[in-house]
Amino acid sequence: MKIPTFRHLLPLGALLAAAFCPPAQAGKTLDAIKQRGNIQCGVSTGVAGFSLPDSQGKWSGFDVDLCRAIAAAVLGDANKVSFVPLNSQQRFSAIQAGEVDILARNTTWTLNRDASLGLSFTGVTYYDGQGFLVPKKLKLTSAKQLKNAEICVQSGTTNEKNLADYFRSVGVKVKPVVFEGFEASFKAFFSGRCQAYTTDISGLAGVRNKEAKNPDDYMILPEVISKEPLGPAVRRGDDEWFAIVRWVGFALIEAEEQGITQANVDGIRAESKDPAIGRLLGTTEDTGKLLGLDREWAYRSIKAVGNYGEVFARNVGPDSVLKLPRGLNNLWNKGGILFAPPVR
Amino acid sequence: MPFRKQLLRLLPQAVLLLAVLALLLWFGHNVLENLRGRGIRAGFDFLSDPAGFEIGESLFAYDSGQPLWRAFLTGTANTLRVALPAIVLSTILGSLIGLGRLASHAVPRAVCTTLVETLRNIPLLLQLLMCYFALTSLLPEASAAISPMPGTLLTKGGLFLPGWGCEEGACGWSFPEAEGFGVSGGWSLSPEFLAVLIALTFYSAVFIAEIVRGGIQSVSRGQIDAARAIGLRPFQVLRHVVAPLALRAIVPPLGNQYLNLIKNSSLAVAVGYPELVSVANTSLNQTGRAFECIVIVMAVYLALSLLTALLVNLYNRLVALRGTA
Repeated sequence: MKIPTFRHLLPLGALLAAAFCPPAQAGKTLDAIKQRGNIQCGVSTGVAGFSLPDSQGKWSGFDVDLCRAIAAAVLGDANKVSFVPLNSQQRFSAIQAGEVDILARNTTWTLNRDASLGLSFTGVTYYDGQGFLVPKKLKLTSAKQLKNAEICVQSGTTNEKNLADYFRSVGVKVKPVVFEGFEASFKAFFSGRCQAYTTDISGLAGVRNKEAKNPDDYMILPEVISKEPLGPAVRRGDDEWFAIVRWVGFALIEAEEQGITQANVDGIRAESKDPAIGRLLGTTEDTGKLLGLDREWAYRSIKAVGNYGEVFARNVGPDSVLKLPRGLNNLWNKGGILFAPPVR
Repeated sequence: MPFRKQLLRLLPQAVLLLAVLALLLWFGHNVLENLRGRGIRAGFDFLSDPAGFEIGESLFAYDSGQPLWRAFLTGTANTLRVALPAIVLSTILGSLIGLGRLASHAVPRAVCTTLVETLRNIPLLLQLLMCYFALTSLLPEASAAISPMPGTLLTKGGLFLPGWGCEEGACGWSFPEAEGFGVSGGWSLSPEFLAVLIALTFYSAVFIAEIVRGGIQSVSRGQIDAARAIGLRPFQVLRHVVAPLALRAIVPPLGNQYLNLIKNSSLAVAVGYPELVSVANTSLNQTGRAFECIVIVMAVYLALSLLTALLVNLYNRLVALRGTA
């Protein structure tokens, strides 16, 4: 049961704010964060592997770790983050209105969103694609067999549009059943209301392994019907803040490539003679001052959450309930497409 | 001078009006400037873009290639499709429950009182979710459909009735049949629609019941005694004395209840019924035009509410005139 909040009125609030405030320049996000002493991080209301609060209200997940890494880089403390749960409809208004500093909410980067919503995506942190979850007892082998099927989907996602596009292109008619809430959408599927459930494959794995009574009764169909590059977004017009969020992401990838982990980062920092590592960890050159941070920004991020591979393994990979393979989300020299520009 | 006096009286009002207008203009200007300053596109031009998403059920032909305004129209039609039958059904049911609460027999009185006190004290959203999960969990799959009446089927996919339809030029009756994943042929009412209809009907009916009961009890004892004294039968007393007087007390709050019902139908989004708010939510996210989509939703509800209020007021005038000395 979702507790209703006034955040439903966000777009209206933003409109009122926009009405009352005379036109102004975009504020300095970094200054505001330093003054406030914490980062407001917009996350989902609960998607396993990406952002999910436990029974004590402690958030964990891929997106959560990214915010923690940024907090460690900027404020020197990975715990100085307030997580603001947002549903799919609220998320863009929340970042536009300035309620959150960063939107790390498994959000797909598209042209429309990048160009017309007053926000900028800082990069891709997770390459995903949309798929279908079906009960094994239907004995389906392909999404094309879903003729006249009813498909549960959550509203306010790119998934709804991909669903229509895909079945239009293959000439199969299906009926979407659209739910406002993530929970309502998969609950209806498990009750048998729909023959298939669709969302990003990472989400399907989470729903199957965490929410199904018996995960083995369900399977993910082989079709991947869309490209879903997920990544964080910041308000448009603050290039300094944009660069920080972008480079913390790159630093975690670079750390994996250099073999730096949460456990060995201190040792490597003390001993390594590699100039690339020296630049990343701030022992030789000060890369931080170019970003408006201090020289140990990347060191603190890695120390707080580990490198990209560790973040992946802990939240969505083998050490998590999702058990997703690295796939595209592997380093460029290991069969994936993660490629961080040089830190120099 | 009378003219000068009049001018003096109107002047403050004119100044106030101008001030309000100036304020509104300033707000509008700021909104546009701020949106532009933040790199957010604004305007209603997006309504003619292709919608790009499907809508589960609609009264008229709609597909994802049609413009967004058609999607909004489909959503509005779906809102009316559930709200209008709910208004009719809740009025009938509400009147019966209201009369039941005044019954001289204890059993109907107890049943109706329990119904009213239970349903009106549970939030509508909970009733709606309960109703929906009951429908989707308890009903069988299409392969094991139950047939409550010949020619009808009841499954997780909804209620299927025989329907008159035309396909590829040939018209005729078609009967629902279990086929593949679901049921084909006939008319279908989705479980989302049924859940919203049932929940809205019962929730509104118990409020209407109280209005009806209050209206009837507002008729003074003396009027009824007088009617009996001149020899009218009980039904005649109800028809010619109680009803006309009670209606005057019933109609205005009944109108409020209808307005509430229409607005409450927006909760349908929680169970996946594609009414106006659901379509607007999707459009909002596909296009990013949050303000515009919310303005459209507000405008549609305002228009529907004003129209309902107008109709109720007209009817009220009709009822109120009669019997006024």
